[in-house]
Amino acid sequence: MKKLLSLMLFTSCAFANDPPSERQEVLRNLLKHDCGACHGLTLKGGLGPALLPENLQGKPDDFLVTTILEGRKGTAMPPWRQFINADEALWLIGVLRKPK
Amino acid sequence: MTKLLPILGLLISFNALAELRATGDLGVVIEREQGNALIFNTSQHKQLAKIEQLGDLSHASVVFSRDQRYAYVFGRDGGLSKIDMLQDKLVKRIVQAGNSIGGAISQDGKLIAVSNYTPGGVKVFSSETLELVADIPADAGDGKLSKVIGLVDIPGQRFAFSLFDADQIWILDLKNSKKPDITKFKDIGKQPYDALISSDGRYYIAGLFGDSGLAMLDLWHPELGIKRILPDYVKDDEKLPVYKMPHLEGWADTGDYLLAPAIGKHEVLVIDKRNWQLVKAIPVAGQPVFVMGRPDGRQAWVNFAFPDNNQLQIIDIKDLTLQKTLTPGKAVLHMEFAPRGEEVWVAVRDDNQVVVYDTDTLQEIARLPAQTPNGIFFSSRAHKIGF
Repeated sequence: MKKLLSLMLFTSCAFANDPPSERQEVLRNLLKHDCGACHGLTLKGGLGPALLPENLQGKPDDFLVTTILEGRKGTAMPPWRQFINADEALWLIGVLRKPK
Repeated sequence: MTKLLPILGLLISFNALAELRATGDLGVVIEREQGNALIFNTSQHKQLAKIEQLGDLSHASVVFSRDQRYAYVFGRDGGLSKIDMLQDKLVKRIVQAGNSIGGAISQDGKLIAVSNYTPGGVKVFSSETLELVADIPADAGDGKLSKVIGLVDIPGQRFAFSLFDADQIWILDLKNSKKPDITKFKDIGKQPYDALISSDGRYYIAGLFGDSGLAMLDLWHPELGIKRILPDYVKDDEKLPVYKMPHLEGWADTGDYLLAPAIGKHEVLVIDKRNWQLVKAIPVAGQPVFVMGRPDGRQAWVNFAFPDNNQLQIIDIKDLTLQKTLTPGKAVLHMEFAPRGEEVWVAVRDDNQVVVYDTDTLQEIARLPAQTPNGIFFSSRAHKIGF
């Protein structure tokens, strides 16, 4: 039930706060090239871990949003909050979770 | 008819002559997204061929056979491709691992070594056939395989590389390729992220992501072990976020000075090779990625990580100051100098262009089309240690 709730919450958020399409382009480019610098262009991983849907399974959205915005201390993951906001991070996670 | 034959013969030989190609001034430009390698005549700024379907080249590097005929392309997906630059064709392509970061060619040109993330380790292949010669898993002793970075050729038919997850430097001796010999240096510092070899093949230096300073191994004195250079430079808590790991390959080795990118600080470090002390930290526009010396050692060209990756800065080595800032375009990823340095080629990913500069006037000479270029490699690398 808890899972369902957060899923519903996520889905509604995703619809309500999707970035405008121009911004989506920028974010997709960022994901491909700048996230891709460590996680790979195909997101199969590099210096950073793989970000394919199966790798993200079981990892809650708020954990992933925090990771993107704040980075992970002790690893090479930097904070991105200067460049993207929480809604955009959530939208990116939605993109990542979608099977290709 | 008998009269016609010699004429025919002459025609055929003339055609063959017209197609002769020298390979000493060729260059390979990698197209990141498409997974292509473009072959250029670098003297004429002319694209000669496009070799397609080389897999995931989102991170790619190239080494050359010593006869400068073949280019070996290392892809992100573990692909190793051998390209014949005389005939514009792919000779062979193998996928030797799941995830790779780069490679090197041996002193005698007979072996190609690849550094892998998955499974972590180094694999060595015959440069002629691409058949496996040696498999070196980067097992640090706990059964876990470490990602391998900073793989370079060193004198004595050896390779040096670093273990990102295990804080080690290994020297792989392949004089007898059937019996590879490994020397391991442990606790070199946390998370070596890339490494370089000095142009004389003497010093192997790894940059540390999780520690301050750099780990240096003097290959003339391996018995002295690892020396930490600049141990007090940038403590962990004052590091700025790094949006792209610096690359130490192609570093500026100019006379007594070594110029290298700082990590977590927007500076280029000038280190005196005689005493390994910091001479100067030159403030620059962002997190430096490549700090590359012009072949004559008079300038160093610097590009940057996101979000400052639209710029290039040039350092004048004479007085160690910034000479100029250029803005070639969006996402400047890589540079390559002409063998004697009169030109530099710059890969500008998001503008789909390679921009060529005159390094004396710092004026743009040409813009060559290439789709999302991320790496430029001239065949003159064939004869340089560490390339």
